Amino acid sequence: MASDQATTPPPPPLPEIQSHDLSQVIVLHPPPVFNYFMDLFSKKFHLLKAWESPLPLHEFLTNHAHSAQAMLCSGTGPSISADIIRLLPSLRLVATTSAGLNHIDLTECRNRGISIANAGEAFSEDVADLAVGLLIDVFRKVSASDRYVRHGLWATKGDYPLGSKLGGKRIGIVGLGSIGFQVAKRLEAFGCNISYNSRKRKDFVSYPFYTNVCELAANSDVLIICCGLTEQTRHMINREVLLALGKEGVIVNIGRGAIIHEKELVQCLVQGEIGGAGLDVFENEPDVPKELFELDNVVLAPHMAVFTTESFKDLCDLMIGNLEAFFSKKPLLSPVMNE
Amino acid sequence: MESIGVLMLIPMNTYLEQELQKRYNLFKLWTAPQKPQFIKEHANSIRAVVGNAGAGADAELIEALPRLEIVSSFSVGVDKIDLAKCREKGIRVTNTPDVLTEDVADLAIGLMLAVLRRLCESDRYVRSGKWKKGDYKLTTKFSGKTVGIIGLGRIGMAVAKRAEAFNCPICYYSRTEKSDTKYKYYPSVVELASNCQILVVACPLTEETQHIVNREVMNALGPKGVLINIGRGPHVDEPELVSALVEGRLGGAGLDVYEHEPEVPEELFGLENVVLLPHVGSGTVETRKVMADLVLGNLEAHFLNKPLLTPLV
Repeated sequence: MASDQATTPPPPPLPEIQSHDLSQVIVLHPPPVFNYFMDLFSKKFHLLKAWESPLPLHEFLTNHAHSAQAMLCSGTGPSISADIIRLLPSLRLVATTSAGLNHIDLTECRNRGISIANAGEAFSEDVADLAVGLLIDVFRKVSASDRYVRHGLWATKGDYPLGSKLGGKRIGIVGLGSIGFQVAKRLEAFGCNISYNSRKRKDFVSYPFYTNVCELAANSDVLIICCGLTEQTRHMINREVLLALGKEGVIVNIGRGAIIHEKELVQCLVQGEIGGAGLDVFENEPDVPKELFELDNVVLAPHMAVFTTESFKDLCDLMIGNLEAFFSKKPLLSPVMNE
Repeated sequence: MESIGVLMLIPMNTYLEQELQKRYNLFKLWTAPQKPQFIKEHANSIRAVVGNAGAGADAELIEALPRLEIVSSFSVGVDKIDLAKCREKGIRVTNTPDVLTEDVADLAIGLMLAVLRRLCESDRYVRSGKWKKGDYKLTTKFSGKTVGIIGLGRIGMAVAKRAEAFNCPICYYSRTEKSDTKYKYYPSVVELASNCQILVVACPLTEETQHIVNREVMNALGPKGVLINIGRGPHVDEPELVSALVEGRLGGAGLDVYEHEPEVPEELFGLENVVLLPHVGSGTVETRKVMADLVLGNLEAHFLNKPLLTPLV
């Protein structure tokens, strides 16, 4: 009846979620996932966006982030140095959207009992896929012959030069972590023979283990760099290792640019001391040595190994999950054991 | 052996050519200013023809060579050879199976990765300096995608084995369901295309398989689907493929073969979701040498009255 409808009270207003009700997360520089999913984070956390402030970073942190317990960072943007950590007295968690940790002062975190969460295995498959894709591209000249066809040269200049067979080749994996293992598993299906070098021998695989990377190179046709960047691995792949790999050898880097001595790599490629390279990372991204642009036996990628819609969504869910777990005092989803 | 005439149809491999020259009286058809005349002139001494994926002994050529005993193809596909005519006349036919299976399967996976992860396009992105202006966009994950294979023969099985290492579920279409495999069978190509994200052509080219990938199949594969052709150009309705890609009804394509090689539809040159290779499926130094030795071995066996190594007819 109309009178009943008139006396029905209106629904109560929804409580406004004030940003100060949400837990604070300090972010110095937007991680790449923010280009696609920032709102998913903003709904759940009060993001302190240092990059949006006109204040210099140190001032912003001192004035606005002293009670922030959690930080979200990535491989891009300022390093999470001891200086920065010291300006965040309440910091108990650093969550990075990368697998790599080379941008974080791990010693300072350990000393202050700050937990670290990273991308875990969220994109190990995508990175491994890119490593294999780059390797097949170099061996079979995929990008080079695609260029050839698109320039109309197949009809005028004839067949493209032959590539090299992948089956039976000896693959040396540098760093047999989550990514290195996924690479190995894939290449076994192509009939490749896997060996590796790692900080420690791994019991769960039967691949031959080499204690030093030069010996691995001497016994391999391909080197795939899958390790993290640390003081020990910086410039680990130098001229000596590349000469050991040899004139037919191919190197693929999906780790960090600085693991390879870039000037020496370029020299070896230009002089024909190694057979080719597939590179997703460089020492001074986005700068790439222009000598490489002249070479058809090199395939270049713009640090995109984790840049798939699937990985970004998984990463987003993982980071939100880690932050939620942290704030509800539950175990982190992808903690890093900081030994 | 020098008196045995061997007709090579087109240039295909320098080592093969040199070896044939050493062992036989080699006639190189592509050097002739007038081909029919050339054939007529030498017909009485030609006892073998060597062709490949691009050129084979068709009915016309077979009729013109009354002393032809054997056709040895530098390829596994024999769609350019008139097999019925060869059977009719008792002409032997050999090809190069098995030795190129791995290379072709490797390339199929390479094409899948190149298309989904935009390897060629992002290599161009870096070389053109665009990376300095910003990151490349997000691409599509390959691992875990469902791969549908048309033709589960040697090459199809090798593609499946590799894709499985990327955790890709495998399904297939074949003339008859295979009892000894765990992969999911679909009784039609359209159904297969509707149920996979990456469709690979890996069957032989015959009258039945011409345009086996047509408009209906491409629409079923869809705007997120990717077609990989490592079979023969005529397996795919090429004008329909071009319009499906240009209109976005098909998500992408990795092509090693075309209907009129070496012509490639120019409309494809500007598309970033396409990878175009110049028929290099078996194109490695190692495999081409083994293929050449197989051609030479088959010819030698034939002229010594020994069993052929890899006979088809």
